Amino acid sequence: MSINIVQGVETDQETDAIQEARRQVEICNACRYCEGYCSVFPAITRQRLFAEGDLTQLANLCHNCRGCYYACQYTEPHEFALNIPKVLAEVRSESWETFAWPGGLARRFQESGVAMAFVLTAGLALFFALIQILQPESGRGFYAYLSHGLMVALFAPAFLLPLATIAISLRRYWHSVGGTRVRLSQLKTAFLDAAQLRNLSGGQGQGCNFEQGTRYTDRRRWLHQAVLYGFLLCFASTSSATLMHYVMGWEAPYGFFTPPKLLGVPGGILLMIGTAGLAWLKLRAAPELGAMRVWGGEMAFVLLLFLVAATGLALYAASGTVAVSPLLAIHLGAVLTFFLLMPYSKMVHGFYRLAALVRDAQQKENAL
Amino acid sequence: MSDVESLSRQDWDVVVVGGGNAALCAAIEAAEAGCRVLILEGAPEPYRGGNSRHTRNFRCMHQEPLSVLTDSYGEEEYFDDLMLVTKGETDEDLARLAIRSSEDCLPWMEAHGVRFQPSLSGTLSLSRTNAFFLGGGKALVNAYYNTAEDLGVSVVYEAQVKHVEVRDGRFEAVQAEIAGAPCRICGRSIILASGGFQADIDWLARAWGPSARNFLIRGTPYNRGVVLNDMLEQGAESVGDPTQCHAVAIDGRAPKFDGGIVTRLDCVPFSIVVNREGERFYDEGEDVWPKRYAIWGRLVAAQPDQVAYSIIDSRSIDLFMPSVFKPDQADSIKELAEKLQLPPDKLKETVAHFNAACREGDFYPTELDGLATQGISPAKTNWARPISEPPFYGYVLRPGVTFTYLGLKVDRTARVSDAQGRYDNIWAAGEIMAGSILGQGYLAGFGMTIGTVFGRIAGQEAAAHVN
Repeated sequence: MSINIVQGVETDQETDAIQEARRQVEICNACRYCEGYCSVFPAITRQRLFAEGDLTQLANLCHNCRGCYYACQYTEPHEFALNIPKVLAEVRSESWETFAWPGGLARRFQESGVAMAFVLTAGLALFFALIQILQPESGRGFYAYLSHGLMVALFAPAFLLPLATIAISLRRYWHSVGGTRVRLSQLKTAFLDAAQLRNLSGGQGQGCNFEQGTRYTDRRRWLHQAVLYGFLLCFASTSSATLMHYVMGWEAPYGFFTPPKLLGVPGGILLMIGTAGLAWLKLRAAPELGAMRVWGGEMAFVLLLFLVAATGLALYAASGTVAVSPLLAIHLGAVLTFFLLMPYSKMVHGFYRLAALVRDAQQKENAL
Repeated sequence: MSDVESLSRQDWDVVVVGGGNAALCAAIEAAEAGCRVLILEGAPEPYRGGNSRHTRNFRCMHQEPLSVLTDSYGEEEYFDDLMLVTKGETDEDLARLAIRSSEDCLPWMEAHGVRFQPSLSGTLSLSRTNAFFLGGGKALVNAYYNTAEDLGVSVVYEAQVKHVEVRDGRFEAVQAEIAGAPCRICGRSIILASGGFQADIDWLARAWGPSARNFLIRGTPYNRGVVLNDMLEQGAESVGDPTQCHAVAIDGRAPKFDGGIVTRLDCVPFSIVVNREGERFYDEGEDVWPKRYAIWGRLVAAQPDQVAYSIIDSRSIDLFMPSVFKPDQADSIKELAEKLQLPPDKLKETVAHFNAACREGDFYPTELDGLATQGISPAKTNWARPISEPPFYGYVLRPGVTFTYLGLKVDRTARVSDAQGRYDNIWAAGEIMAGSILGQGYLAGFGMTIGTVFGRIAGQEAAAHVN
């Protein structure tokens, strides 16, 4: 069984980024010095030819730690001009746009922070208007401003529909990278990798070369963990409140020593620290080692997440004051924007990343 | 980047010429001993580090498992390995010093920012003897530059040293061009770690012969031997064969300079190799490739135009590490010959002749399988399988120069001498003096050992002299 190199795996409809990624990855495969940094390079060495789906998988496995760039003897001005973090970031963001449904939205919001701000403004206006027009006769806490029924009517579809479109995108991804039936052990591997951000550890726990050139730091990993776990705590807070409301018939507002607050307050604080920190790192990191096209959209997304956390905490702090009404509108507007844009913003990276880690676990098993 | 004038006005304890592994080890040692150290690196910043940029491992003696190194690798075995490749062309005293010191160097390297990784895929044979750098040589160079910076070492890039002023056996100053501006920098001691001359094609051609103009240079274009030449002209004692360089067979389409590791081709044992005339000229299956690739550098250098062509069929395409450039491919030998610009009829005849000499037997790509040809010369003594299953693939081979042997003679303290005896305050480390130990051949990872050991010694000695 032989492979035909000349009529290899290229297809006619490939983007420039895919072709450039293939060129670079083939050079990496002849070198292999970076094997110890992350999962991308061992994955490269398992193949000789790289079809578009293979490159999409590598791109989604790459966490943009940049260790390989600074260690590379073939970066510009060398004629091989390798810049793996950049080209994989480009393939990655392109792949999200390709698999997104509807596709045009993804391109718009990934590229443009302004577009995101526009949606946010609309969201804010909506809630200000709703509170003005539909403020209920009675209700406690937030429900004095917007009825529980109205909130559910708005947020249930705004949360579930984006998730449904993400599911469609992931199916497309899975098909393109040749994913097979998922086993529990593979899921476990993927979740463990994600939970520890193993691919941002530099391979030995020294961290990455994101914001300090050739020096390793672990800041990005810690800050991203703050975002990840802060987000999960906030999500758990909302979930617990939902359960309390529907299962226990225990309605908001909740005191400090109840699950929604005990989860939500530290979650919100972590989320604020993490997002502010990541935005700061992003300003210090060299933009030419990432996908510059989507820099603005990525930054806007981080700031939106910060806004969600900050207004959530402010709203709690302002309980019983006149500030609740405007803060509630701002917070709900931000949350609505965040939910609606999940499939079309940087938020989607988490879903693809997990899928890529599962696929990588499969390929590792196959290679044994 | 400090400006040229202030460099000239300052009072340096140790001036280090060069910016690769040996230079950095020397600078770090001297700085830790409290010296004011200046590194003059000839390359611009992205290309800093000399040939160390392209290295990947460090050959290290060890009595028991050490860091990423498995098992043990004793002094005698290490020395025997060296004797085997150099055929005895070594200074035993210096060689044993390098070998013995290597064990203590590895923890020192780790303490100064170097990270190691288990041996790379495809290099398991080296997991006992060689410690691989995480990210390769450029990552090591980066780590040392960061360490040097933290220790207050001054570094100037694009600093081309033209002349070392020596008076009455004492170094006084260097004359350099920094980003094009001439300057003179004084110091109390100097460490020469500026590499060999393999990037000076004219010198290479004078030494080896005009055919050297067709050689590719695997490493940095900045090792032009200017400082080496300057010292030799002033009567410094030399060592190593001035006419020789270490060349291996690499992909002929590699860049003229700086192709590094990716330009290696591992297909030769599974191929037939022909010259420009379409004729075979040596046993392609003599031994496993790591033991033979250096020989093929010389063999190809001896062929017309210093070029050869390695030809395989589809059954062998997956048997070796991927190449950085795609091979030429065709469905017939004739068509492949046209693509490679070889005489088609002659190549067809050579392949047919070879195929007819192959015999039945088991083919084992990972070991010497004894599957040899019968009745042709040169024979192919292992892996002789007919080139018969299309598509056929062809790679072009050229000699790739790794380093030159001519260097400065040093003693155990890395001190340089002239006919009158040792210079007062001149030391050398790295490729500029490696010829003392590597008289011919090469041992993987040993260049970094020599650079680290003698770089450290030079730094310590220069600091002791100054203090």
